[in-house]
Amino acid sequence: MIEILSGSLLLAGAFFYLAGTVGLLRFPDLYTRLHALAKVDNLGLGCIVVGLALQAESIAVALKLLLIWPLALVASAAIGYVIARRADTLGIAPWRGDTESVGPAAATEGTNKRGDT
Amino acid sequence: MTGLELPIALFLLVNLAASLWRVLRGPGDANRLLAALLFGSTGVGVLVLLAFAGERALTPFLDVALTLALLAAITAIAFAQRAWRRASAAEGHDD
Repeated sequence: MIEILSGSLLLAGAFFYLAGTVGLLRFPDLYTRLHALAKVDNLGLGCIVVGLALQAESIAVALKLLLIWPLALVASAAIGYVIARRADTLGIAPWRGDTESVGPAAATEGTNKRGDT
Repeated sequence: MTGLELPIALFLLVNLAASLWRVLRGPGDANRLLAALLFGSTGVGVLVLLAFAGERALTPFLDVALTLALLAAITAIAFAQRAWRRASAAEGHDD
């Protein structure tokens, strides 16, 4: 029973990690990529940590394992805030969607590296 | 061990290899740093999986995972506060 629960939690974690990687590769700008990275990846880590803690042989090992997750959560919250605020300070405009990216603002800053890839 | 630990760890490594595309493409330093952060969080996942991959749990891997989680956070904060001084022209959206 515990084996099945643990295995399915591990698979769920792997799925969320995959979603985070796809988000990093596919999302259009820095803020959305940060969003994928800071949340989905930590959900995947949480699933994996809980799945592994179910099969830990002692309470001490399970607790140490479960300690990793809050640390990662706090770290990703701090990272997300610090990087997004810095990007905003540096004047990086968030992505507004395809309809506006053909407007004049995007034409001055977004056309530089389009056609080459 | 359920037998799933090593395959999933391998799968996470494939994820990391795929995220190298973001390092290659950028654009700009910040997007490359995001890939480095993914290395941090996925690396922690790989390490905890490896700790439980054998017959007995190898707890030193958990210490390494804790340290890696902390170092990834420090890297990002040091980058944002100290190293990231100007936005490159292409830092925004790219496609």
